[in-house]
Amino acid sequence: MTDAATPSALSISGLSKSFAGVRAIRDLSFEVPKGRATALIGPNGAGKTTVFNLVSGVYGVDHGRIVVNGTDVTGMPSRRRITTGIARSFQNIRLMPHLSVLENLLVGQQVRASSLGALLTPYRLIPNHRWKREAREALAEIGLAAYADETVGALPYGVRKRIDLVRATLAGATVLMLDEPAAGLNPSETNALRDHLKALVAQGVTLLVVEHDMHFVDSVCESVVVLNFGEKIAEGPLSQVRKDPKVREAYIGTDEED
Amino acid sequence: MSGYLTGVLVVLAFNVIAAYAVYLPLAAGQLNLGIAGFMAIGAYASAFLTNEYGVSMWLAIPVGSLLAGLMGVVIGIPVLRTHGIYLAMATFALGQVIAAVFLNLEVVGGAAGYPVTDYAPPVAVFWAAAGVVVLMLYISRTRFALCLTAVKSDATVADLLGVSVRGMQVAAFALGAAVAGFGGGFYAHHFNFIEAQHFNVLLSVFTVLYVLFGGTQTVWGPLVGATFFTLVPELLRASDQWRYAVFAAFIILFMAVRPQGLVTASLFRLFRRKVAP
Repeated sequence: MTDAATPSALSISGLSKSFAGVRAIRDLSFEVPKGRATALIGPNGAGKTTVFNLVSGVYGVDHGRIVVNGTDVTGMPSRRRITTGIARSFQNIRLMPHLSVLENLLVGQQVRASSLGALLTPYRLIPNHRWKREAREALAEIGLAAYADETVGALPYGVRKRIDLVRATLAGATVLMLDEPAAGLNPSETNALRDHLKALVAQGVTLLVVEHDMHFVDSVCESVVVLNFGEKIAEGPLSQVRKDPKVREAYIGTDEED
Repeated sequence: MSGYLTGVLVVLAFNVIAAYAVYLPLAAGQLNLGIAGFMAIGAYASAFLTNEYGVSMWLAIPVGSLLAGLMGVVIGIPVLRTHGIYLAMATFALGQVIAAVFLNLEVVGGAAGYPVTDYAPPVAVFWAAAGVVVLMLYISRTRFALCLTAVKSDATVADLLGVSVRGMQVAAFALGAAVAGFGGGFYAHHFNFIEAQHFNVLLSVFTVLYVLFGGTQTVWGPLVGATFFTLVPELLRASDQWRYAVFAAFIILFMAVRPQGLVTASLFRLFRRKVAP
């Protein structure tokens, strides 16, 4: 269903993964076109988060290939994968709660500042060091400059979600996997997040979004991939996939969504 | 300076050095309960060099420190594969093994102990401790320290953001071992006598206690913890035989009130906010 003219930012082919004999992902293949937002949906336990864990390298794959921006990352250590431009968020925000917003963003820059010289630069003693400046500018761009020196753990949920996105942006992410970004947000926070994601797509960032809120999916993503029991059962624009009998069957009695 | 005061300050200096040796791996979330073993390596190696080869202690002590650091790398790589309580047990056993080796090493006196001829005066010990504090303050201002905190806070996310989790852990462990060896070298040359029994598990445990008490979130914690543990028992001398009971009660009280340690990042922020408008 992928537009042939658009190259893939993320390409998954023949992916399989079992946990203690339970086949969590079965021969899964799909493409995420570059510079677009794609949703990965399916009932609870369909294997959506497992896909993220396989692509980011938290788990090793049993079979199959994962290619990010033309680089095969299947056997690559998880730490190196960010160099290909892929980053992810977690369902529960995984910012470092005791650190300030600025420090969290500085950790995000690590992939671009990992030489010994960079590690031993006393940036905290240098006023307005370029790392700090860059992080402050990124915050200012989305109107969160006031939070720079706050401890992350004390901030509202919606703000933390967006700081998580800024951290990924500073890591140079061109392909961003988001695990339920809208979950737990109030309507105004959801709107702010939607605008933020649309701005990222406008900048050329590719999104792969796991989300249960179909209104959110509809407003952000151009196409969806539907998983059930670790298999792809449908793919295409949401309006079309919705009518698919297999999709309707997968959701009946398991989800309150329309 | 009176002899008594000098004696107390020398002990303080050694405790501060030891506390930072424990602090570095703890900053990356790893408990090293074998720090006394690395002090022993630095102490014995430097003493052996000055005694047997006539090497100046100004060279011998850094060499001893370097050897302890190298041992930290060699031992750290396999040992840091374990986590939590298993890592604590592995390093605990490691400290015992190192002490046992020196206890049986006849070339450095075995169980009879090892007299050391060169003498490091108190002022040298003070400078050594000051040097360690300055080094730690410097490190705390770098990205290396930020990475250690990231690894401690969430190793999975740190890894996905490109932080070399294992590299950081081994570096912190080895650097801590080198600092311990540095302190051990000065210990040997200040007291002019070392014995393997001194570098026992109690020394390691007490040092860990200073650091946990002072707090591991900021670089000031170990300094405050070591100072508190060195000076308060001295100040309580007036109450003589009760001082240890009073002191223990103090520790329990503080740990109950501030389990994250005395000095924390939020404390600094609170203070800054009150000072700034």
